[in-house]
Formats: sequence, structure tokens, C-alpha cells
Amino acid sequence: MAKITRAQKADSAKEKRLDLAGEDTDLLRGYYYQMLLIRRFEERAGEMYTKAKIGGYCHLNLGEEATIVGLMAALESRDYIFTNYREHGYILARGVAPRLIMAELFGKETGVSRGRGGSMHLFDSSTHFMGGYAIVGGQLPLATGAAYALKYQDRKGIVVCQMGDATTNIGAWHESLNLAALWKLPMIYLIVNNGYGMGTAVAEGAAEPDLYKRGCAFRIHGEQVDGRDVLAVREAALRLRKRAEAEREPAILEAFSFRFRGHSVIDADRYRDAEEIKQGRAADPITLFSQQLLEAQAVDNTWLKETAAQVEREVQEAIDFADQSPAPKLEALYDHIYATPVSNMPGQVEAAGWPNNYQKEDSYVHYVLPPGA
Amino acid sequence: MSIMSYRQALNHTLSEELARDPNVVLMGEEIGKFQGSYRITEGLLDEFGHKRVVDTPISEEGFVGLATGAAMLGLRPVVEIMTINFILLAIDQIVNHAAKIHYMFGGQAKVPLVIRTPSGGVGQLAATHSQNFENWFAYCPGLKVIAPATPYDARGLLRTAIRDDDPVIFIESLSLYDTKGDVPEDDPYTLPIGLAEVKRQGSDVTVVAYSRMTPIALQVAQLLDKEGISVEVVDLRSLRPLDRPAIINSVKKTNRAVVIEEGWQSYGIGAEVAATIQNEAFDYLDAPVQRVAGLEVPLPYALNLSQASKPGAQDLKNAIYRTLEGGKRWQK
Repeated sequence: MAKITRAQKADSAKEKRLDLAGEDTDLLRGYYYQMLLIRRFEERAGEMYTKAKIGGYCHLNLGEEATIVGLMAALESRDYIFTNYREHGYILARGVAPRLIMAELFGKETGVSRGRGGSMHLFDSSTHFMGGYAIVGGQLPLATGAAYALKYQDRKGIVVCQMGDATTNIGAWHESLNLAALWKLPMIYLIVNNGYGMGTAVAEGAAEPDLYKRGCAFRIHGEQVDGRDVLAVREAALRLRKRAEAEREPAILEAFSFRFRGHSVIDADRYRDAEEIKQGRAADPITLFSQQLLEAQAVDNTWLKETAAQVEREVQEAIDFADQSPAPKLEALYDHIYATPVSNMPGQVEAAGWPNNYQKEDSYVHYVLPPGA
Repeated sequence: MSIMSYRQALNHTLSEELARDPNVVLMGEEIGKFQGSYRITEGLLDEFGHKRVVDTPISEEGFVGLATGAAMLGLRPVVEIMTINFILLAIDQIVNHAAKIHYMFGGQAKVPLVIRTPSGGVGQLAATHSQNFENWFAYCPGLKVIAPATPYDARGLLRTAIRDDDPVIFIESLSLYDTKGDVPEDDPYTLPIGLAEVKRQGSDVTVVAYSRMTPIALQVAQLLDKEGISVEVVDLRSLRPLDRPAIINSVKKTNRAVVIEEGWQSYGIGAEVAATIQNEAFDYLDAPVQRVAGLEVPLPYALNLSQASKPGAQDLKNAIYRTLEGGKRWQK
């Protein structure tokens, strides 16, 4: 049997590229701007990580910009979004200021999660961005529950649950799908298929590598889309969103994309062959979209240059803000363990007695994370 | 006052809370049409309908996580896990998610979730159906873990748990369900989480207990009273947070302590209690702290083996004798 390449799969999923003629130019420019903002934010975040401004793990959305912006363009403000730990772009495209996100990556009090979450745990209640979750599959039951609450409270809106391809192998996937179908919940399960769960290729982990079909056992509709095409993603998401909200039918959307770098910033990416990486990078969603925009005369080169400069300034401003922001106060260490105060909580006394400049010598933070983690 | 069983206390409280707050929703396996595996939810489906009393598939990770996500949007789910043995299937959702969400996201989201489940063994249920895992959850910051011993406490603490904005693990016991006690029927009292109660005053030795071990401790205290030994019983009620001052105050008075728990001894609740006592009341102790706990075996089925493995009144009596004989003040 001839091996079908990932590029061919993406092509077969690809809808006919949409005619830009009928599109609102400002909207198109907005999509491009957001995609570029994500691109540069992530490239600079990678740079800040290597400068040790960012700790822990750091997973970038490089190559997935069209999927993210296409999805967000289809959503309403009343909708809710749950994602995995590769989520910087999603919260950016949802409209949260880049500086608040960068400040979180820097571990600062001004960050979206007040410096308590970091790269993998971004959250913004005001835009219904319900969190990045770092346990693979952990967000699936939670998102399903949010959709349950919308239905219970008879509210409009849907929930999008983003995940990576390898998440479809975990038990929480099957249990969540069963519940969503059984109880007819307004949901889109978005699989971002970038071909690899860390370093394991999709077909090496999934007995049914056509991931959109994995809802069949629960009679959940699934479809594929070229995740490098912002308008194709938007159209698919709009359609499934409408269906989910009106008919309270969950659906699966599998978006193909290419991960420009390793699994995380520190992944040396030794398991993909050079040709695959070359091909993947050649189909850069941002380059493709800018060419389309130029051809349709929606933008010109001057606009592209100005936009690039504006994005550059905005990301730099985010980095400066993050850098200059204060770290969380030590005496606030125990804040927010509980929402309802309780008697005899451990730690309250110790934290209150610490001086503000207390700094613990700790070999733990200097430990170098192994590559590939 | 009226006499109510532990089961009735839970059932009435669930019914009242469902009536009080439309965001309260019960979820679990067999809680509706089947009326609950242990009949805690009996009659509630008929009274409140399928929207409020939800039969779930056998899917603990799925529905515990679903309840957590629903709680983030304002529902107040009360989930029943048929027995605590099955909670392990949902432990990722509880420990990695429900317990973390409020803190990790800087206080932006709340998880007002209650998970009710009976812990411990009864009637030859053997190795996989007789375990105590409350200490697994009491270990975890972000969770509140309570284990009431009486119908009165169960009612007051369940009300508090349902109205609390944090995830609460509510530990019950199969062998407590039929125990009876005084409960004021029309009094909407609540009891605070994080506070122990001295269930019996005494002067010779403190017994620290919780859940089904509390009635055993009270029974032993009564028996030893006839032997001239005055036992004080501290019922923890809350395992996280742990009411350390209540334990310490009692030990400072009696100078001796025995801790009893149903689960395995190593790394148990008793270890935390004993460590607290030696740390904060070392100079007051007249004898080493004694521990009574389950034997460290996968609970066997055979009646004699299973009985030998679980702690009981005689084990507690022996431990009390040991601590008194080891003391300086005790004269028999």
C-alpha cells in the first residue's frame, strides 16, 4: 500500500480556496495581522526562553496561526474556549493584550494568571478563555462540562475544546465524546493535527489515524480541514458552530497543520526528516495568506511592511512590560488556594512572617530540563 | 430534635439543597432510577426530575471532569462516586484539575463541587472494594476533605460543602449509613469546615478519630469509663484543613494520645496527627503516641482474615492500655 504523505492528506481535506472577492477587506487584514502577531509573539517567546526569561516548558503555536485565527473568527463572545498547553496564540487571538500574556510567561503578577500558571496555564475569564491545561486530555471533560452548564442554564453559545492529535488516544477523549453525544451538548472538539504527539507520529499511536472518524463510535459528526488556510478553517468552524448552537450537536473538526519547530522550545526535533520539515515550512500559512491578499489586491507591500513593523513594536512593548512588571508578592503565596476562606489553613502564618526580599537558594530552579521534554 | 439515620440526614439535606438553589445538580451512577446504590438519593429523581438528578454512565473520569467544568460556569454539582475505590478513575480530574483551577489561574475561576463517596470496608467486599483513600486527597492543597461521623455533623457539613466555592471531598462510610442520632429537623444549621469537635470530655488520654472510627472511640470511652479510665474523644470531622489546635489542646490536657483510622497505617492520617502532636506538644507527652490502623494487606475475602485486618474496639482498648502503662501518672 502506498504511503499517503501528510501533505497529500492535507490537500485532500482542503476545500477549494475561497474567493477573496466577496470578503470584507478590513476583516481579511485583521486576520493577517493576528496571524503575524501570533508568529512574532511566539518567535520572541522562544527567544526569551533561551534567555531564561521564561521558565518551565514552553510550547509554541508556530505554523498553527491560520487554524487559530480561523477558529476565533468563527466564535462569538458568548462562547467558551478550553485548550491544551500550546495555547499562547489562542488567547492572543481571543483579544487578550499581548503584554498580559508575555507577563504570565515571565512569571509576573501582571500576567493573565497572576504569575501562578505560566506558559501552559493561561486564563482570562473576561474573554471566556477558560484555560490552558497541561495534562494531555485534561481539558476535555472540563470543556464538556462547560457545554453541559450552557445547556443546563439554557444559555446560547458553544464550547470549543482544542487539543492535539495524540489526545484522541486517551480515555478522557472517549468518555467526553460519549457524554457530549448522549446529552447533546453544544461543542466543537478541535483536533490540531500537526502530525506528532511529541515525537510519535499519529499513525504510530492511533489505530484509526483519520482522527475525525474517531467520533463514529459515538455517532459524532467529524470533518477535516486544511489548518493552513485561515478562511477554510473559519468556514468549517462557522458551520459546526451554528449546528452546535442551534441543534446542540457536538462535532469534531480536525485541522491539519505543520509544527514549525519541536514539541517545545527545548526539543531538538530529531525524529522528523529534513525533507518533511522543508516541505512543511514551504507551506507557511502566513506566506500563503499574504500572497492571496496581494493577488486579490486586498493589501499592498507597503501595508504588509507597516503591519510587520506594528506587530514588531507591539511584541517588543509586551516584552518590556513583562520585564518591568513586579514578581508576585511572597506573602501572597497562599492566596487563592481556596475561594471560600476556611479555618486552620496551613501556611498562613509562615507566609505572613516572610520579609519581602526573601529569596530561597534552590538548586531545583537551576536544573536544566532534558531535551525533548 | 428528631432521631435520624446518617442516610436520612444526607437524603434530606440533598433534597433541601436542591430545593434551595436551582444550580445544585446531583450526578452519579445509579442515583436516579435505581434510587442510589446505598439509597442516599432515594426519591430525589421523582421529586426533582431528570435535570436535577442525573444518572451518568460508568465513566468516572468523564463525569467528575464534566461536573468540574460545569462548576466553573456556575453550577454546583454534587457528584456521588459509588465507593471511594472507583474515585481513582477520576483522580486526574480531581487532583490535577479541580484542586488546581482556582489557584493556578490566579483566582479567576471557582470550582464549587462536592464529591460524596463512602470510604472503607464492610461485609467481606475484599481487596478492591474496601479501601480508604481519604488521605490521598487530604494530601492535596486546593481540596477540602471532610469526614463526618454523626447524622448531625453529616447534615451540617453537607450544607456547608454544597454552599462552599471550592471542591470538597465528602467522605461517608457504608457502616455509618444506618447509625442514628439527634438531628434538629427544621434548623437550617451549618457547620464550618476545618474544625474538629471534642465529642467526649476526658482527662487520662486523648483518642483522635474520624468517620466510622469515631463511634468506635466513643464506645470504647464508655467501656473504659467503668474501668476508671477517662477518655477524651476528638472527632476530626475535617481532614484538610486539619484542626491542629484542637488536637494539641486536648493532648496538653490529657498528656497522652492514641490515633485511630480505618485505612493502612503507613502514610496515613494518623501519621500526620502523630507528627503534629510531637511537634507542637512534645513537652506535654507522658507516653509515645499510639496508632491504631488497618493491617497492611490487600483486604482478604475470608471472614476471619478480613476481620483480623480491620481495626476495632479491642485494638483501640489495647492501644489505650499501652499508652497508659507507658506513662508515669497512671496507676492501675
